[in-house]
Amino acid sequence: MKLRRFFPLLFVMLLGHGTIAAEQPTPQSIILASTTSVENSGLLAHILPAFTKETGITVHVLAQGTGQALQTAARDDADLVLVHDPEAEQKFSAAGNGIDRRQIAWNDFIVVGPRADPAHIGGTHDALAALKAIAGAKAPFVSRGDKSGTDALEHRLWRVVGVDPAKAGGSWYRDIGGGMGAALNAAQAMNAYTISDRGTWLSFANKGDLAVLVEGDPRLLNRYDVILLNPAKHPVPKQALAKRFAQWLVSPEGQAAIGAYQVKGEQLFHPSAAAPK
Amino acid sequence: MAICRFTGRRLLILLANAFLGLPPVVVGLALYLMFSRSGPLGALALLFTPSAMVIAQALLATPIITALTHRAIEEPWQEYGGALRVEGASRLCSIRVLLAIARRSVVTAVLAGFGRTISEVGTVLIVGGNIAGHTRIMTTAIVLKTSEGELGLALGLGLVLIGISIAVSASAFVLWRR
Repeated sequence: MKLRRFFPLLFVMLLGHGTIAAEQPTPQSIILASTTSVENSGLLAHILPAFTKETGITVHVLAQGTGQALQTAARDDADLVLVHDPEAEQKFSAAGNGIDRRQIAWNDFIVVGPRADPAHIGGTHDALAALKAIAGAKAPFVSRGDKSGTDALEHRLWRVVGVDPAKAGGSWYRDIGGGMGAALNAAQAMNAYTISDRGTWLSFANKGDLAVLVEGDPRLLNRYDVILLNPAKHPVPKQALAKRFAQWLVSPEGQAAIGAYQVKGEQLFHPSAAAPK
Repeated sequence: MAICRFTGRRLLILLANAFLGLPPVVVGLALYLMFSRSGPLGALALLFTPSAMVIAQALLATPIITALTHRAIEEPWQEYGGALRVEGASRLCSIRVLLAIARRSVVTAVLAGFGRTISEVGTVLIVGGNIAGHTRIMTTAIVLKTSEGELGLALGLGLVLIGISIAVSASAFVLWRR
């Protein structure tokens, strides 16, 4: 086992290879830290080819929750973010991390649950009353629990309702610590309620007995913002490329591409750079 | 490591054996912090690249292959080491003979390392980022497809992965048994 002695050498060789590989194939690439709802819904895969064709810039997408995406960017590991949690975004910008926050699109959140609907919330349009009913009935509810934009909205709603589900007792409130898809899979398997963004819901393929029960509450508005990193605090080398992408997203071409994306005949994202919601 | 005596040898053996149970996610997290642009190795721009995934996998597989191979070589060395030295075999030559004697165990060691890397998902997800067409591999694609509710596609990918694993193991054994 003499090889073991060469291991440090091997490691250095690998590192060397790594730097070459990192710089070589895609000199014009940026990393976009985004949310699972934008990536899993297929939106980015739909609009990015047009941008790459126009500019030659490849966009590498990290699909994370909003909280994690902002963290990644704060550590300089992404070049810009596309997220949907206004409160967390404000904190991010207030801490000097982000600049030029622009809304690019909106859609809405929905409360989904089993068709049997033990909390009798189906067909209503009041998210607060629905959560109250779910807590009152101690009906199973799946929470993302991952500090994503959707998770943040859910916790804001519980705060307004005045229920602390984590302390409400019983096993009805289930914090799964996963992405939107994982939460929908869990809700489907456990006949539970959950809150989803409409984009992920429409493109989700394992709906089973789940159905949309509550929609149309203005509190369920879901806005997506693009934020650039503040060069004063984050001297990321690709600032210019990132800016180009952000500008493209709010440009007429970018907005048209976002609006044109449909799943099963339904428009998933409503472009709103010109008239923010 | 089995046939030479050098300082730090026992420590290396100990480390290789201790790291057999190295939790992949912890390796991933540690590498993430190292490779992050605000981390010590940030200047290399390795985070979210295939190279970072290769390094992580190498770190995970090396202790397994090292420890198992060491175990496999140790015994024949004790048995035949004296004879080899009497016949004046060089170290390199001895290694070749010993590897030939213990080849089945060595193949198993290599396959164990291969198994670790092909089934790995936590580490590569953290350091690779599961970027489509760049750092998305079969295991992370399976996780993604499952979360999209595309269970059939996820299962199909899983079967292909198992097929590859079985094919590699089978051909390794066929080749080395001759």
